[in-house]
Amino acid sequence: MVVYETIFYTLSAIILFSTLMAITRTNLVHAVVYLVLSFFGTAVLFYLLGAPLLAALEVIIYAGAIMVLFLFIIMTMRTQQPSGRTDEESAAILDGTAVATTPVQPSALSAQNRAYRRQWALPSLLGSVCLVAAGFVIFSTTDTRFQLMPAMASPVEFGWFLFKNYWFPVEIISFLLFVALVGALYLGKKEGKAHLDHGEGNQ
Amino acid sequence: MVSYGEVLILAGMLFLMGAVCAVAQRNLIMILIGVEIMLNAAGIALVGASLRWNALDGQAFVLFIMAFAAAEVAVGLALIVFAQRRTGSVNADRYSVLKG
Repeated sequence: MVVYETIFYTLSAIILFSTLMAITRTNLVHAVVYLVLSFFGTAVLFYLLGAPLLAALEVIIYAGAIMVLFLFIIMTMRTQQPSGRTDEESAAILDGTAVATTPVQPSALSAQNRAYRRQWALPSLLGSVCLVAAGFVIFSTTDTRFQLMPAMASPVEFGWFLFKNYWFPVEIISFLLFVALVGALYLGKKEGKAHLDHGEGNQ
Repeated sequence: MVSYGEVLILAGMLFLMGAVCAVAQRNLIMILIGVEIMLNAAGIALVGASLRWNALDGQAFVLFIMAFAAAEVAVGLALIVFAQRRTGSVNADRYSVLKG
C-alpha cells in the first residue's frame, strides 16, 4: 500500500507542477505542451483510481485531440505573442531582471512589469483564500478521511453500466457534438460567404 | 492509503489554478486553456468519488464531461479564429468595440 501512496503523491506533484508551468507561460506553445504532460499524469491517476477506460480516453481526447486542436490554431494564427510582448521582454520580466539589464526605456518596462504583477496578484490571492476555505471544509468532516480501497472497473463493466443506465445522455451528448460541429463550420465559413455576397452586390 | 479528502484537495488545487489562469491571462486561448484545466479537475474529483462510493455513475459523468469539453473547445476555437479575423488580435483587452 506504500507503493499506491507513493505513486499517488508523485503523480499529484507532476500534475500540479506542469499545470502551474502551463498557466504561467507567455509562449502559448510551451503552455500547451506542459498541459499535455499534465493530462498524461491525469490519465495515469485515472488508472490508479480504477478507471482504465477513462485513462485511455483522457490520453486520446484530452492530450490527443483537444491539445492538438489548440496547437493547430496557435500555429495557424501566429500573429503576436500573448499580451503583446516579445519573448525576450517577457523572459526578462519573468526573471525580474528587466529594469537592471535594459537601458532602453527602463520606466516603460518596469511599468509593464508592475502591470504584469498586478494582473496576477489579485486572482492568485483570491484563489489561495478559496483553497484555504476548501481545505477547512474538506477536512472538517470525518467523511472525507475515508480511505480509498483500490478497485478497478473493467471497460466491459463500464460499457454495460453506461448503456444500461445512461443511454439517453449518451444520445444527447452525440447531438451536442453534432451541434458543435455545425457551429464551428458556420463560424469558419461565414467570412467567405460575406465576401461572396459582397462580390455579387458589386455586379 | 490515500484518503478521499486528498483527492478532493488535488482536484480543488487544479480547479483554482484553472480559474486563476482564466481570470489573470489576457489571451483568449489561455482563457480557454484555463477552462479546460477546470473541467479536467472536475473529472478527477468525480473519478475519486466513484471509487469512494464504489459506484460507476461518477465515471459515466466524466465521459460526458470529456465530450462536453471537446464540443466546447471546437466552438470556442472557431469563435476565437472568427474574432481574430475581424479584429486582428486575440487579446481580450482589445475587444472594446461593440459593432466594428
